[in-house]
Amino acid sequence: MTAQGIQIDRKWRAIALTPAAVIFVAMSLLPVLNLMAMSVHEIKWVASHSVWSYVGFTHYRRLAEDELLQAGIGNTAIFAVVGVTIQVVLGFFLAWAVSRIRSGRTLYRTIFILPILVPGILIGAVWKLMLNFDFGLVNGAIGLLGLHPVDWLGTRAWALPSVILVDIWHWTPFCFLLLLAGFESLPQDVQEAARIDGADTWTELRYVLIPMMMPVIVVTFLFRFVTSLKVFDEIYLLTGGGPGSATEVLSYTIYRTFFTQDRMGYGSAMSIAVLFGISLLIVGSLAASRRYGARA
Amino acid sequence: MNPWEKRAVPAFHLGLLLVAALVLIPFVWIIAAAFKSQISLLLGEVFFTPTLASFREVLFSRSTEFMSNTFNSLVVAAGSTLVILVAATLGGYAIERLGTPRWAVHTMLGWAVVFHMVPPITLVAAWFPLYREIGLDNTYLGLVLAHVAVHLPMALWLMTNFVRDVPIELEEAARIDGCSTPFLIWRIVVPLVAPGLAATAILMFIFSWNEFAVALNLTAKQTATIPVAIAKFAQGYEIKYGEMAATAALSLVPALAFLLFGQRYIVKGLTAGAVK
Repeated sequence: MTAQGIQIDRKWRAIALTPAAVIFVAMSLLPVLNLMAMSVHEIKWVASHSVWSYVGFTHYRRLAEDELLQAGIGNTAIFAVVGVTIQVVLGFFLAWAVSRIRSGRTLYRTIFILPILVPGILIGAVWKLMLNFDFGLVNGAIGLLGLHPVDWLGTRAWALPSVILVDIWHWTPFCFLLLLAGFESLPQDVQEAARIDGADTWTELRYVLIPMMMPVIVVTFLFRFVTSLKVFDEIYLLTGGGPGSATEVLSYTIYRTFFTQDRMGYGSAMSIAVLFGISLLIVGSLAASRRYGARA
Repeated sequence: MNPWEKRAVPAFHLGLLLVAALVLIPFVWIIAAAFKSQISLLLGEVFFTPTLASFREVLFSRSTEFMSNTFNSLVVAAGSTLVILVAATLGGYAIERLGTPRWAVHTMLGWAVVFHMVPPITLVAAWFPLYREIGLDNTYLGLVLAHVAVHLPMALWLMTNFVRDVPIELEEAARIDGCSTPFLIWRIVVPLVAPGLAATAILMFIFSWNEFAVALNLTAKQTATIPVAIAKFAQGYEIKYGEMAATAALSLVPALAFLLFGQRYIVKGLTAGAVK
């Protein structure tokens, strides 16, 4: 949209677009092209300069057999699907409950927002203490119930569920916030009509609120799903991907390969593959949210 | 509200209070842990005599780097927020109101969506070798640019939406009165999008303050930010739980301050960023 009938200021248009465009080119486009170039080379550091030797597509071929990467993909998928589904369901009912009450809305919202705003690494630190085998609050609490303490982060069976639990604690508030905005923008007349027709709470929820909220639910789910594939901070502190590869996630695999093992060529190929895969997911999600979510 | 629901209100409150407690307990626990002595912490004591030992260690001991970490975090968060606000406001305005060609708009907003969602670690892998070649690693400028690149997409998205809500009639009137474009942006658009600008500024500051994956790999001792410092306590042979808790508790301050004074803006920014 432009001011009608008024000459467009081309000079200032170019100036106004420059800062964002420069950052786009210098910090996204060129580095990604460089990453692509690195992914077909073996790279070594010699006296703080890199020495490249061309290896073709060997790195990409090796990706298919990388067991750590496979574990990373598998765990990230479980983490995202299970975690985000629970977050959206919990967030929905919380938002529904808050939209039904009159007093205390702001107070609840203030408290619920808190986890979104604190550093992810802090959440890792807090839960590392909470889930500690010897002195953590969680084992203290289940001890009171007469249960044996569990090594939450140190056993293969419990580690992934534990980090999913932490993620639910971290991000349910965000789903709550989006869904509450959805509830608050619903037209009141349809709900009133349902009530006048004698719909009870359950019927109203099932046949009026959930269908009307569907676009917001879909957008919230897809947005959280794609962003949860980024997870890094909490894993870094809580488990470091372990025990074994029980909580290995994509970002952590790249970090390990590229930065701690210094396999820059191979790590670049992995980054490119992940960038490509996630970009495809994003495009798919956008198409899906346009189809089912319209413009929520 | 139907009669059943009126009776159910106490139940709603009960459920919500329970969830509020679940949200708050970890915070209370980490703040309590920060006031415990190392022994009391390791014994998991519920009742303890509060001590400032961990805070003293973090703030004043000879080996501590907390002050320099805080300074680094402030420099990087303020610097990147400033750059982002300028780039996003100008960019958003150009996209919405200056007749930018469609292909350019789609490229910019498409870039914004994709790079807002891809894992930042893939970008760090792309920057790291370039930074080392040109000597940008372990500098404020390097980390500021990286945080700008990671967070500008969301800011551009937000500001484009906020500019869209500015009534176009006002601009047309100003144009007819002979306003130049920079004057128009500065005196008419910026004041009108001020709430949106505030929302974006608060979120960008918090995001940069909280950011870990990028800072971890692009900084060293002299430029390490607070999240990097928190992570460091958990490594090494012996985990320093007390210092970790104290640093973590101190890192909460900006989030709490913004939540108290700018909650309206935070909610506006977070919901507009995802739903619009």
